Amino acid sequence: MTTQLAGIDLPGPVLTASGCAAAGKELDQFFDITAIGAVVTKSIMMEPRSGRATPRMAETPSGMLNSIGLQGPGIEAFLEHDLAWLRERGARVIVSIAGGTTQEFEAIAHVLRQHDGFDAIEVNISCPNVSDRGQVFACRADSAAGVIASVRRASDPAIPIFAKLSPDVTDIATIAQACERAGADGLSLINTTLGMVIDVTTMRPALAGVTGGLSGPAIRPIAVRCLWQVREVLPDIPIIGMGGIRNGSDAFEFILAGASAVSVGTTVFHDPSAPIRIQNELASLAALRGFTRLRDAVSYAHRDPDQARVEDADGDLELPEWV
Amino acid sequence: MPVQVRGEVVSLRRAGLYTVLTVTAPGVPEITRPGHFAAIAIGDLDSSGLILRRAFSIHGVQSRGIYGGTIDLVIADSGPGTHWLTQRRRGDALDIVAPLGRPFSLPRDPVSCALVGGGYGAAPLVMLAEHLRERGCRVDVVLGASTEDKLFGVLDAKRIASTVTITTEDGSAGVPGRVTDPLVDIMARANTDVVYACGPMGMLAAVADVASQAGILSQCAVEEAMACGIGVCMSCVLPVIGDDGITRMVRSCVEGPVFRGDRVRWADIGTVPPDTLGAPSSEGIPR
Repeated sequence: MTTQLAGIDLPGPVLTASGCAAAGKELDQFFDITAIGAVVTKSIMMEPRSGRATPRMAETPSGMLNSIGLQGPGIEAFLEHDLAWLRERGARVIVSIAGGTTQEFEAIAHVLRQHDGFDAIEVNISCPNVSDRGQVFACRADSAAGVIASVRRASDPAIPIFAKLSPDVTDIATIAQACERAGADGLSLINTTLGMVIDVTTMRPALAGVTGGLSGPAIRPIAVRCLWQVREVLPDIPIIGMGGIRNGSDAFEFILAGASAVSVGTTVFHDPSAPIRIQNELASLAALRGFTRLRDAVSYAHRDPDQARVEDADGDLELPEWV
Repeated sequence: MPVQVRGEVVSLRRAGLYTVLTVTAPGVPEITRPGHFAAIAIGDLDSSGLILRRAFSIHGVQSRGIYGGTIDLVIADSGPGTHWLTQRRRGDALDIVAPLGRPFSLPRDPVSCALVGGGYGAAPLVMLAEHLRERGCRVDVVLGASTEDKLFGVLDAKRIASTVTITTEDGSAGVPGRVTDPLVDIMARANTDVVYACGPMGMLAAVADVASQAGILSQCAVEEAMACGIGVCMSCVLPVIGDDGITRMVRSCVEGPVFRGDRVRWADIGTVPPDTLGAPSSEGIPR
């Protein structure tokens, strides 16, 4: 069983989400990371980075806020230790990259071009642009497209580039179209949405970083909405869907809205074996709904209202080919 | 290597202000060492609104018996997640990930050890004391809390240790004051070679300082808020000096929870010290 995503073949349609799986090693204790679609690594920057002070996390209803501040070892140590291990392990890898300037994104892409052992690049444009008063790249079409065009130019043409979009925008479809025009081979939807918690005992913000990214099941309807809106204007671009997926049914919802593959993020904190469980549940549910290939279910919720529905399977379920 | 198992509640019993939860955890007791912890999911994996696991140091293990392997955890009812745990009944299912973290290092030789616990931070010290006694170590225990009902493990400690000293801040039991007050004398009397501690950060900082001043190694198990417990979320970091002398923000769930007391930058917890590897180069730029 394989899943096709922007021209690459993956073992399945369920991936980890960036920042929720480190570089795969920890989760490999709980399930075989080579059996899922791919490990999407924590966003890596050019230099080592300490991240923010603690508290970095606050639990919220059906979700959590985080403000980690992109802690990481820098691209060189990442390549030497993390990517080398993933490659040795035989896992499929999507490297997430982040930068404070367009130039930093481009420089990381240049470094990555000198290496192999990964399948795609996810560009985390939900970072503050230090050259633009900390405005987040993903919040404006021109700055988002600028980063994507630079990374696309600097990268091996055989490596697909996914733009990871923020939901904190007025019109996500416009940003998605700008990224596609700038050369994105695919999109990742969605990043966390900005939130805040005030501790009523200390009467101060709960996070040292004051605001944080909200993730988990609480944001799932926002993610499905974003996916739907982007799919309406870009019928063909490959999309990795994510945002609060915690079971096969949630994953199937994203497929129906237009995702070719899904990422499981915050749920990993709750259930470290969730990615493989969800991949299996998704296969069963797709089969139950009568799909013999997952591809046929992608964007199925967008079909004409008068188009007849695929009939549910009866009798023994035959699990679908992912393709 | 940790495992994720479905456990069944065997019993809950009150111990002062705390609840001791015994739950089956097949395969866990055999590989658990003192200082390891367990991360428990709150509610059902498919529908719970509380999606972060709660971490507890493992208080005791039984590898055989009518229930198979079980572990004991000490729960302080301090929020909706821990409250839910205290309301479990015999036979209820729990999703457990354990054993996690880096346990206490045990001395090879039969040395003299002082064990210091604050509140339910005493939970892992009973098993530690037993292991140390098996190695022929002398064990002196100091247990402290703000009030008597917040003490934990006093009877167990008395069973195992050469001496047990109790301190409470309000004087409701034992010596009025803090654990560090009698510690200096105890260390001198027992010729202490190593100090083990578990409890709130402030207590650990003070114990580490007392040990350092006496030129003694300390091993401190920290209690830092965690989201995942397995090393992927980067929530539970604190500034720790490495073998190379460089300070890094390290994960207390996988590189800890036990750290050498002289390596943790206690006064800087909750900040990123400017000399930390990869610290922000200038204030004012959002990082």
